[in-house]
Amino acid sequence: MKIGVLALQGAFQEHQEMLEQLGAETVLVKKPEHLEGIDGLVVPGGESTTMGKLLREYNLLDPIRAMGQQGMPVFGTCAGMIVMAKAIQGADEPHLALMDVEVNRNSFGRQINSFETDLDIPAIGDEPFPAVFIRAPHITRVGDNVKVLSTYEDRVVAAQQGNLLALSFHPELTGDNRIHKYFLSLVEEQK
Amino acid sequence: MAKTGTEVVKRGMAEMQKGGVIMDVVNAEQAKIAEAAGAVAVMALERVPSDIRAAGGVARMADPTIVEEVMNAVSIPVMAKCRIGHIVEARVLEALGVDYIDESEVLTPADDKFHLNKKAFTVPFVCGARDLGEALRRIAEGASMIRTKGEPGTGNIVEAVKHQRMMQAQIRKIQNMSEDELVAEAKNLGAPYELVYEVHKLGKLPVVNFAAGGVATPADAALMMELGSDGVFVGSGIFKSENPEKYARAIVQATTHYKDYELIAELSKGLGPAMKGIDLNTLRDEERMATRGW
Repeated sequence: MKIGVLALQGAFQEHQEMLEQLGAETVLVKKPEHLEGIDGLVVPGGESTTMGKLLREYNLLDPIRAMGQQGMPVFGTCAGMIVMAKAIQGADEPHLALMDVEVNRNSFGRQINSFETDLDIPAIGDEPFPAVFIRAPHITRVGDNVKVLSTYEDRVVAAQQGNLLALSFHPELTGDNRIHKYFLSLVEEQK
Repeated sequence: MAKTGTEVVKRGMAEMQKGGVIMDVVNAEQAKIAEAAGAVAVMALERVPSDIRAAGGVARMADPTIVEEVMNAVSIPVMAKCRIGHIVEARVLEALGVDYIDESEVLTPADDKFHLNKKAFTVPFVCGARDLGEALRRIAEGASMIRTKGEPGTGNIVEAVKHQRMMQAQIRKIQNMSEDELVAEAKNLGAPYELVYEVHKLGKLPVVNFAAGGVATPADAALMMELGSDGVFVGSGIFKSENPEKYARAIVQATTHYKDYELIAELSKGLGPAMKGIDLNTLRDEERMATRGW
């Protein structure tokens, strides 16, 4: 199983390390040719405006969107969630526009408001997940086919739409690999 | 219970900046140009380092009006500089809500003995370092991100290269040492043993490590990435060039694709003159910023 990790900018190494610990083969995606032969893609945390710009600059936007629409699993964390969303509050145009959700960027405030908390995510087990929110977005509206996986203070912070998985927080910065395992199980199902 | 200002949250913020370019700006208009070019953050300043050099006198924290103007202009993170050891400037910037504070040698130090106790703050800090010992001392005080000092405002990359090479060589040395040797090495470096041990285990700094101080061209930015930097700060280079929009975009792309030399060649075409720059041999010792701090 080969997983691409979008490596234009941000915390892509941490995702790569976690996926490799779980036995997946990984490839860093910086250009369209790196997408060849991947079974899933991770869109990491970073700055969504920067990533959106570089995705366009290097013609990655259309091929990734097409692959996601054809059923390839895509997993976005934080900025990755923003990049995957069909609508971004206050922005003219979305980026990948894959997932039927609307997001609010930096919805928990600036960096001094960034926080850690324990989150209930029933889909991955009973034990709470150590969630790290850094200038995090949240989902303000979900489409009919979108399943809410977790909320924090009444805000949607984790959701799934079939092959698409998006989180407000950063599992790659913790030692807990349950969500990555969950994503790899989606990839396994699609194969 | 939600916890703010934790080590994970402070260091994690810097992780999100990796592979990116942080640009010095002095007003809202420049901040917007930087954001549109793909900067991952901006540093709000009253003057860029080369102008601080030219102006002389005491350089202090920027006027809060400028910091707020920049914060209102962009959605990417905003950083600001306080003087080394200036507790109140740091608290003021934290109260303004900046996302990161640079305790910076570019400004005139307020304390000639002690750097800030950065653990006492909720906002994260970045600090400059010339070698591993200095980097680990800053991390011991609570810095969540390190950058090379380089020699700011000179447009001359030689000092940043020297500092990054030094840090990487010292990290490799510690990584290959036996555990028996680490206490003595901690003494040599003037760094806490616990952090030396962590570097030995990790084979890298426990925080993100950027390049800064003298980056003037896309090739300079790519060079610093090649030498193992996690990202790049560009100070005077962009807005002292003839075409800042084009220049900023070229530096962002060269940082992302630092091993793609054909692309960097393309990006470097027709950029117009870079900032003039300063030969470091012409700087007097007291004009050097990198020697500020310990």
